[in-house]
Amino acid sequence: MTNLPRRTVLAGALAAPALMTRAADAAAPLKVGFVYVAPIGKAGWTYQHEQGRLALQAKLGDKVKTSYVANVSEGADSERVIRQMASDGNGLIFTTSFGFMNPTIKVAEAFPKVKFEHCTGYKRRVNVATYSARFYEGRFLAGLVAGHMSKKGVIGYVAAFPIPEVVQGINATLLGARRANPNIKIKVVWTSAWFDPGKDREAADTLISQGADVLMNHTDSPTTVQVGEEKGVWTTGYDSDMSPYGPKTCLTSTMMIWDQYYIKRAGMVLDGTWKSTDTWGGVDSGMIKMAPLNKAVPAAVAKELEIATNAIAAGRYKPFVGPVVNQAGKIAIAAGQALTDQQILSMNWFAQGVEGKL
Amino acid sequence: MADLVLILSILVATMRAATPLLFAGLGELVAERSGVLNLGVEGMMLVGAAVGFAAHAVTGSFVLGLLAAILAGAVMAALFALLTLRLLANQVATGLALTIFGVGLSALIGLPWAGVPATGLPAALWPGLAHDSPALQQVLLLLDPLVWLAFAAVVAVDRFLRRSRAGLTLRAVGESAEVAHALGTKVLRIRFLAVLFGGAMAGLAGADLSLAYTPMWVENMTAGRGWIALALVVFSTWKPWWLTAGALLFGFVTIAQFQAEAFGLSFSPDLLATLPYLATIVVLVLISRDATRLRLAAPAALGKPFRPSD
Repeated sequence: MTNLPRRTVLAGALAAPALMTRAADAAAPLKVGFVYVAPIGKAGWTYQHEQGRLALQAKLGDKVKTSYVANVSEGADSERVIRQMASDGNGLIFTTSFGFMNPTIKVAEAFPKVKFEHCTGYKRRVNVATYSARFYEGRFLAGLVAGHMSKKGVIGYVAAFPIPEVVQGINATLLGARRANPNIKIKVVWTSAWFDPGKDREAADTLISQGADVLMNHTDSPTTVQVGEEKGVWTTGYDSDMSPYGPKTCLTSTMMIWDQYYIKRAGMVLDGTWKSTDTWGGVDSGMIKMAPLNKAVPAAVAKELEIATNAIAAGRYKPFVGPVVNQAGKIAIAAGQALTDQQILSMNWFAQGVEGKL
Repeated sequence: MADLVLILSILVATMRAATPLLFAGLGELVAERSGVLNLGVEGMMLVGAAVGFAAHAVTGSFVLGLLAAILAGAVMAALFALLTLRLLANQVATGLALTIFGVGLSALIGLPWAGVPATGLPAALWPGLAHDSPALQQVLLLLDPLVWLAFAAVVAVDRFLRRSRAGLTLRAVGESAEVAHALGTKVLRIRFLAVLFGGAMAGLAGADLSLAYTPMWVENMTAGRGWIALALVVFSTWKPWWLTAGALLFGFVTIAQFQAEAFGLSFSPDLLATLPYLATIVVLVLISRDATRLRLAAPAALGKPFRPSD
């Protein structure tokens, strides 16, 4: 305690009474903090979390007082920010990037009364819950649209790193696109960077020159959608509705909607029912939603998308269902079987039809 | 025909990828030829990118956007020059600080425009050129005026350094400030101008990214291209044409890697990404192994501060 900077100690001392009185005085608002990895901007991963925060504030009104710190780099700096938030009297803190995992756990152990929620991680404590979305369900649906819109049967995929989350997205895209065109191919290019707009551009140009007529990306910049717009090639967006970057050519986007989750979890803290849980929500919970379709998408395709969305939401259909053959020609998912969550989370193979190396 | 189009598209993509590296590299090359090592290229590029994007967003003019970026880069460089040339601060430390400062300053300037969708500099700024040939059309459609400007700048800088009296003076200052000073050359003024040119070119390189190549402003969007430009200057042994070769090679390696991947061949992207740095280390080892080569290549007074004796 003696090593703490003076300001932190003072803030902690001021915050302590507030924490103690909350139970007795229901009128004192619950302070909810959000830690963002990037600037909010106009679209993207962090933007979606900010929309969730605004929805939470609007819904619960006086009962909560939300705040955020944006553009926090992963690692030691994030620990400082999270610790500061905890000592500032926040009762619930959302840390919204994978790299905040260990700092969140560390601070949570020092602040047992504060509830923490870490997005996309796998480490939990009594006061640390985790949550993420089934991004691959959105990829499957985007793939379905892409498969219908591709004339040449080649989808180009600009991807950052071959981690399971990205691999799931590519396989799900292929399986979705196959519903429309059984012979569809996906060409994958690895940029080895989550954020390098220049490389995204080079990768997108390359895929176009090799015949891809629908582009998708799993990187953190809207560059791929912009290149599609410039060259007149279809694209699908990710994270947010990316149509502002490609008004004519962006077909749809996989959107991540955290609003309901944030409202629900804050409500649980308020009524004392909050518990450390692991949430993996998909289309069913509204965490994954497809952005409004481009006008160029035919009505029949829109109808098929709606049917598929409803089937996934109702649990009647799962994207990763066999038969699926991997690149080596071996059975990856047996006919009629669906992958378990554990198998999806550790996915390290490409389905046949994906051109790219892991 | 399909092959020709593919080859052309690789060529065009290579030239496009090399353009920001060329701008930044040329500027730094001139500064280093005058004897000043400015490691702040990345920071100056970022400030140029943010200011260029903002100026274009406000005025709607690409020309004003580019000019604002050039000016912003030059202002950053002037700050560096004040610290290192006038106050004799250590060039390496000041350059690193300039990059860190530039990262923060550009984020601050660009905040209102972060992630705002924009359309890039149109390639169709070539009046009178008919798009008859499909191959030619492809080139013209893909290359914007900044690409041609970058290659024109290579010719101009090369001629300036090798053929002009001012270029000779600049090189003399970079070889031995004391001798140049004794001959009556205004060493500090020349170095100041060279550093300013370096900053202006870095600002232009940044605006090339934020207005043409990937038309948007996002923090850290240069993604290390300033450092690659610095490496290329050493790799080129301070010669504009070798710098061009290095920038094209680096662009080509990236493009070729993506093309190969899309064809289904595999490379280690990590290894390829290290190539320019590896090449730089090799060049550094080679030129420092041999005293003659060292004298022929690196400006002898590079990084050494100079205080006029009277």
